[in-house]
Amino acid sequence: MREGTTIAAISTAQAPGGIGVIRVSGPDARKIADRVFFAKSGKRAADMKGYTASFGKVCSRNGEKLDDAVLLLFAGPKSYTGEDVAEISCHGGLYVTQRVLREVLEAGAEPAGPGEFTRRAFFHGKIDLAQAESVMGIIGASGEQAFRAAEAVSDGRLSKRIGMVREKLMGLASHLSAWADFPEEEVPEIEEEELCSVLETSKKELCALLSGFDSGKIFREGLYTVIAGRPNAGKSTLMNLLAGCERSIVTQYAGTTRDVVEETVLLGGIPLRLADTAGIRETDDPVESIGVTVTKEKLKMAQLVLAVFDGSQPLEEEDFQLMELLHGVPSIAVVNKKDLENVIQLQKIAANFSHVVFLSAMTGSGLENLEQELKKLLRLETFDPSAGILCTERQRHDVQQALSAIEEAKTALDGGLTFDAITVCVEDALSALFSLTGEHVSEEIVDRVFENFCVGK
Amino acid sequence: MFVTYDAGKVDVAVIGAGHAGIEAGLAAARLGCSVVVFTINLDAVGNCPCNPSIGGTAKGHLVREIDALGGEMGKTADACMLQSRMLNLGKGPAVHSLRAQIDRNAYSKMMKHKLELCENLSLRQAEIVDLTREDGVWLAVTRMGAVYRASTVILATGTFLGGKIFIGDVSYESGPDGMFPAAFLPNSLEKLGISLRRFKTGTPARVLRSSIDFSKLEEQKGDEPVIPFSYDTMEKLENKAVCHVSWTNDRTKQVILKNIHRSPLYSGSIEGIGPRYCPSIEDKVVRFPEKPRHQLFIEPCGLDTEEMYLQGMSSSLPEDVQIAFYHTILGLEQAQIMRSAYAIEYDCCDPLQLNSSLEFRNFPGLYGAGQFNGSSGYEEAAAQGLIAGINAARKVQKKPPVLLDRAGSYIGTLIDDLVTKGVADPYRMMTSRSEYRLVLRQDNADERLTPLGREIGLIPDDRWRRFSEKQRQKEEELKRVKSTVFPPSEALNAILVSHETSPVSTGIRLSELLKRPQITYADLEEIDLERPNYDKAVFENVEIELKYEGYILRQKADIEEMRRLERKTLPEEIDYHEIRGLRLEAVEKLNRVRPENIGQAGRISGVSPADISVLLIWLMGKGREKIN
Repeated sequence: MREGTTIAAISTAQAPGGIGVIRVSGPDARKIADRVFFAKSGKRAADMKGYTASFGKVCSRNGEKLDDAVLLLFAGPKSYTGEDVAEISCHGGLYVTQRVLREVLEAGAEPAGPGEFTRRAFFHGKIDLAQAESVMGIIGASGEQAFRAAEAVSDGRLSKRIGMVREKLMGLASHLSAWADFPEEEVPEIEEEELCSVLETSKKELCALLSGFDSGKIFREGLYTVIAGRPNAGKSTLMNLLAGCERSIVTQYAGTTRDVVEETVLLGGIPLRLADTAGIRETDDPVESIGVTVTKEKLKMAQLVLAVFDGSQPLEEEDFQLMELLHGVPSIAVVNKKDLENVIQLQKIAANFSHVVFLSAMTGSGLENLEQELKKLLRLETFDPSAGILCTERQRHDVQQALSAIEEAKTALDGGLTFDAITVCVEDALSALFSLTGEHVSEEIVDRVFENFCVGK
Repeated sequence: MFVTYDAGKVDVAVIGAGHAGIEAGLAAARLGCSVVVFTINLDAVGNCPCNPSIGGTAKGHLVREIDALGGEMGKTADACMLQSRMLNLGKGPAVHSLRAQIDRNAYSKMMKHKLELCENLSLRQAEIVDLTREDGVWLAVTRMGAVYRASTVILATGTFLGGKIFIGDVSYESGPDGMFPAAFLPNSLEKLGISLRRFKTGTPARVLRSSIDFSKLEEQKGDEPVIPFSYDTMEKLENKAVCHVSWTNDRTKQVILKNIHRSPLYSGSIEGIGPRYCPSIEDKVVRFPEKPRHQLFIEPCGLDTEEMYLQGMSSSLPEDVQIAFYHTILGLEQAQIMRSAYAIEYDCCDPLQLNSSLEFRNFPGLYGAGQFNGSSGYEEAAAQGLIAGINAARKVQKKPPVLLDRAGSYIGTLIDDLVTKGVADPYRMMTSRSEYRLVLRQDNADERLTPLGREIGLIPDDRWRRFSEKQRQKEEELKRVKSTVFPPSEALNAILVSHETSPVSTGIRLSELLKRPQITYADLEEIDLERPNYDKAVFENVEIELKYEGYILRQKADIEEMRRLERKTLPEEIDYHEIRGLRLEAVEKLNRVRPENIGQAGRISGVSPADISVLLIWLMGKGREKIN
């Protein structure tokens, strides 16, 4: 919303695609690019001309390399938004793209609101009214979606934890408010110790939330997925289909014990972290039997199991074993080889799985069924994953803001400043935590004062 | 047959001469308009039918702001002051608030006299029974049939409008303090198309001073020296009275609970919504059953009266129950009630019908102020009255209205809250309602608003000269503290160490020392030898701005952002249904509240940031259409 700020977002679709682009727009675009992107040539974005590119790497604040990347610079007003725009193209992959966006936000950008690039483009006269009107429709729709997404996640653990911090701070803010606004009434004194402890626990909790963000969400972390099935059922073909060059956003990152721990593919916008994919890929050997090697533990750990059956053959002993093992495990039965004649005992499959999909891993036909079933299983049919990500990224930003406000409150308290200054910081923290739902802090505090304190002449 | 006669033409007609009506009438008349102020009873001008005090938390800020804009409340309160205290000392400058006990009869008489002496203003005892509009002129008809033609009208009816008093199961139509109510006007306003609602409020009993046993009670004294409200008050003020503190006890609670069914609030005969911050004692007992006792203050009503006000003990229980529970209280065992406690219900408007100038959106030239707008409190009323009076005058003079925003004053915050958020119960000002409270302090109210008051035309020359001199001193002093460097010395370090802050080994600027929370101007007196002889308030102001500089700067940045959005005005005639992309909830809220600008729109609950984006694009599109 703020003019004069610099905004950033992932501008490629959060869907299959080889390259992820993080777009940064605003007066500080160059400065921010220079904080995260390091050109091989040593050239700084601040010195680049418009319409030029530079190759290099994106690094985190700690100097850890995140990815190779290309920086494209557009100097305002000759850019999409009319402002200075830096576009960082990295290898894509949800994880890396998100990480780079994170670094960009840490470097001083604010997350772009729905349609904000276009809004700025319109503002700077880069697009006409007709275009702008269609953008309003999009903003409206994505705003609505973000709203629903916020409501949808409100049952989640993450939101509950944010809610708890909010609750604590709200209690403190209303106490401070009652104490200041009703000085002659029997409002309990504010104990510095209590104040300190609320700030301290809120700070800890917010810090924990921030560090837990990486593993918190389906869209961020993906689902730990196991592809299981007896040999020749088509596991590796399915794997290849999912990771197929066109559809794949293959992210490989170093693990601690092996070179490649897992591979992430995107199915309907949802990242699936395929376990032991190296193994599956390498052993196209029909002799190796997954039904046997996949241990019970591994299946238990799985957040999703894709159980592959050969539709062109009757069920075998190993298939029944697998069904047995999958009781109580979120799983989808994938009846493969739908291009061939179906002889498999479908009633048995249907009796054991609530999600069944027919596809041909070879030709790829029926893959969309798998996407749909996955969303059904995750209850995400109406959920737009990009809205989900937007909302979590915003949440992260909000939590970060709240944290710095609380740190400021602590500094004020330690420095011996009066409580009015501390109150203002606490309210800033609350505003940040409330901003997602658009609630208004001051009314909420006033309501609490009258609910919880017997004040008034 | 009802015979009417023409009583003449005025620029501004003010209905009601309470705290809102007084400021409205005086401001409009001083700005050169011909004004008539109607009151049902001339002895009710500036009446304080509830607490005999002015100011308090956030309300003290309002009084200072009214004064800075050229209003009357602060001056009169100073002149009638019995006891003065600066509340919240030690809690931080943002929440320091001045409160004064006042002589309520003296206050009322002085205000009446000021209206009588005011040029261009006529004060008239009359009940307005009908208000209509004909050919762009308002016709205000009195009970006696006098028809006043007015270009603008300000409704400042307080609790008189459709007033009804409740004491136990006794209820009767009445204004405050036994005055008769305005019984006809509500009907006329509704015919006009103004939607009214019922609010209620209450007041405790007044008891005879000599019937109270003060020997058992804790005394509460005023502060010395007294700090006045008004920047015009030059003479030294003295505390003239004390207050006393007492407590209810278990017996009080038992008496109340045993008789709670006789309260009109609990039997359901009062339909009006009462203020949350002003609960009756029966409300407190019922809502907070775990509290063993409740505090009350015994305050004098004046120097020439023996009536004492029992702050904290308002009630609408029957008289016999009142006597019984008051007698359970320490010091009040023999208390003789002179006026009973009562609840009063009255008509007021939904302030969402108003715009920020306090004019009705659908009725040009008609303004509301005070309790009529859903607020409560003398100070809140006076603040709105002043703004309504200024804007009515400006309307007559074809000048644009004066609109105060949230970032500049508590008055602006109050009005913005009323007209964009609406009210669910009578609205009281609180410091927690202002997000910019480190900037909106009572110590800088003059700096924030005197220039505007001057521009409007309510600040006379001598006052302006004094203000300018004070500002000059402040600038000089800021310069001085930033350029004065103290070398490290034993004397300085002794001061620092004795105030538990670290000693220095190199030279240090005076401004840096004053930034330390532990150090005040007074602490440095013996080493700050070049200190000029300025107004005490100047030093206070400079010290606060240094100590809170970081926070003030941050709030100022927020203010800039807020003002940027406030400058984006929304046309009056928008049909939000037709704007593509707005969520349904937002459409409904926006159509109802009809914000004047994007900033206000963003403060409406249910309007999301995405909705604001949509509005911004729509606005830009509008702008471009016009150019093309």
